[in-house]
Amino acid sequence: MSLKILTASRLTDGHPVWYCTDGGWSKEFSNAAVADTSLACLLFERVAKQAIEKNEIVDATLVDVETRDGRLVALRLRERIRANGPTITSYAQNQSI
Amino acid sequence: MYRYDEFDKAFVAARVAEFSDQVTRRLAGEMTEEEFMPLRLRNGVYLQLHAYMLRVAIPYGTLSSRQLRKLAHIARRYDRGYGHFTTRQNIQFNWPRLVDIPEILEELSEVEMHAIQTSGNCIRNVTSDHFAGAAADEFADPRPYAEILRQWSSLHPEFSYLPRKFKIAVVGARIDRAAIQVHDIGLWLKRDSSGKLGFAFYVGGGQGRTPMVARLLRDFVPEEDLLSYTTAIIRIYNLYGRRDNKYKARIKILIHETGLEKLREEIEAEFAILKTGELKLPQADIDAINAYFHTPDLADRPEWHHNLDWLRSDDPAFDRWVNRNVASHRHPDYGIVTISLKPTGGVPGDATSVQMDVVADLAERYSKDELRVSYHQNLVLPHVALGDLKVIYDTLLATGLASANIGLISDIIACPGLDYCTLANARSISVAQQISARFSSHDRQMQVGEIQLNISGCINACGHHHVGHIGILGVEKKGSELYQLTLGGNAGNNCAIGEITGRGFSSDEIVDAVETVINTYLSVRESNKESFISTYRRVGMALFRQALYDVTGRAV
Ligand code: SF4
Repeated sequence: MSLKILTASRLTDGHPVWYCTDGGWSKEFSNAAVADTSLACLLFERVAKQAIEKNEIVDATLVDVETRDGRLVALRLRERIRANGPTITSYAQNQSI
Repeated sequence: MYRYDEFDKAFVAARVAEFSDQVTRRLAGEMTEEEFMPLRLRNGVYLQLHAYMLRVAIPYGTLSSRQLRKLAHIARRYDRGYGHFTTRQNIQFNWPRLVDIPEILEELSEVEMHAIQTSGNCIRNVTSDHFAGAAADEFADPRPYAEILRQWSSLHPEFSYLPRKFKIAVVGARIDRAAIQVHDIGLWLKRDSSGKLGFAFYVGGGQGRTPMVARLLRDFVPEEDLLSYTTAIIRIYNLYGRRDNKYKARIKILIHETGLEKLREEIEAEFAILKTGELKLPQADIDAINAYFHTPDLADRPEWHHNLDWLRSDDPAFDRWVNRNVASHRHPDYGIVTISLKPTGGVPGDATSVQMDVVADLAERYSKDELRVSYHQNLVLPHVALGDLKVIYDTLLATGLASANIGLISDIIACPGLDYCTLANARSISVAQQISARFSSHDRQMQVGEIQLNISGCINACGHHHVGHIGILGVEKKGSELYQLTLGGNAGNNCAIGEITGRGFSSDEIVDAVETVINTYLSVRESNKESFISTYRRVGMALFRQALYDVTGRAV
């Protein structure tokens, strides 16, 4: 199965957060814990349900990722943009405008 | 400008208090997200990719300096120092925290603004001509009627749960600058042969998944019947509009499936009942609202015509800006200034707090304290003496707002797309940035001439791609962005939906494809007086397809 990570938006400010190995939620994508078995995915789903019930997060989803050069990368552009923020500033800088 | 009366004040204050309480309860865990979501949407609060987004209504795109300053303050204090003006003449803040939103709404209410009905299946913010009350080609100011519709539709109990959202636009000039024929109801103010004011009613226009140009429902409805006739239409829609499938729920689909004639019969029958009832607008009420919108006193300033000519010849950049960004005012000594929010490589429609403050100051000093937001995502100073143009230009230049590109290819309409929007399939802003950079030379833009290029990041079409002369729609294919190109769309007079060129283009190809379209146009136009859209109408799609694809249909 493809590797998965668990992501959601934080209730208070809508900021994207990723479930990480220490059992908390991190604002850093690179801290995300990876599930590589269906059992681990089930565990993620349970974690998400509990965090939703505790009103920490909303809109939890499992996201497909892969490792590239030893780093985690989300397969969908949408998730990469969620992880890195709008692509806008970087473009303007590239263009020196 | 319209000022809130006691009723408006009380209803906004009550809503702020109610929603503040709901936010508090949500944060305290007394409400689930399922319970809270419809409540936050009723108050313009969306959850986007990176944060919550607050959409604030700017009724018919009219603002005072004080209101714009407040928006600047909100962007600075609660957001990241900028706001995004939208194709519905509203503003969106991209980064507010949920916990701050009650306070933001409180601040907005201090300047008679709110976020009510900027989402949900209700009658949305009524849009209008951004040159209203100033344009040389206007026969009547549409804003009083937009205001009457705003008051009537605010928290309308019968119409707060329609099958789908409902958009109304009103214009009153020879040129339709509000794209009324892609609205659920489009109203065109006119006079009949006796000089009486009334409206042509267009109905069933819209973009999205199934784009349609509105049909003429009735050629003339007297002004006093504005609300009765509008009620009749929405009541019939509310009754028959589909609720089983949200893609088929707009009034355009009802008209398409039922037929205009049959619906017209029902609407007319309903209107016959409503016509003499309490919805009939007394002339005194119309006059009272009209009084809020009377044109400010504009002193004659003829001495400036000569000076302006001199200043223009002395400063070519200023001359270019006057040429593109200043439109005729009904008073010959005045002009309407459009402030472009489309700098090269910039984000269409974005303005920083500093820029908003500068524009608010300019409006206060030089434009009778009035401002407009256009659906093209620019700002407008409606009443500027020609003699003040240079000082305004110099001020705008110093704050990065002096792009001389109104109506040119870099004056791009673009939705937030995948950089912000949770529904998006592809980015819009980055495509806009690349196109404006590719065509950054003013001379080249002038060579291309009048053109409208629109970009949407998904089929919801917030970037109006269907009615762009060149339209770009982002879709997702196998995890990558793909852009469909349409040609020949047009908003306003002679409204038309664009035709798809063929297979889509990757994010690396799309800017080249646009350039191919432009080069093809330049090579076949009869003269530089023949605009892109006129040329397209004359020669059709075939030549453009040939230039874009090889015989196998692949992009060249
Ligand atoms: S068109 Fe789609 S991507 Fe663009 S703002 Fe609308 S919903 Fe979002």
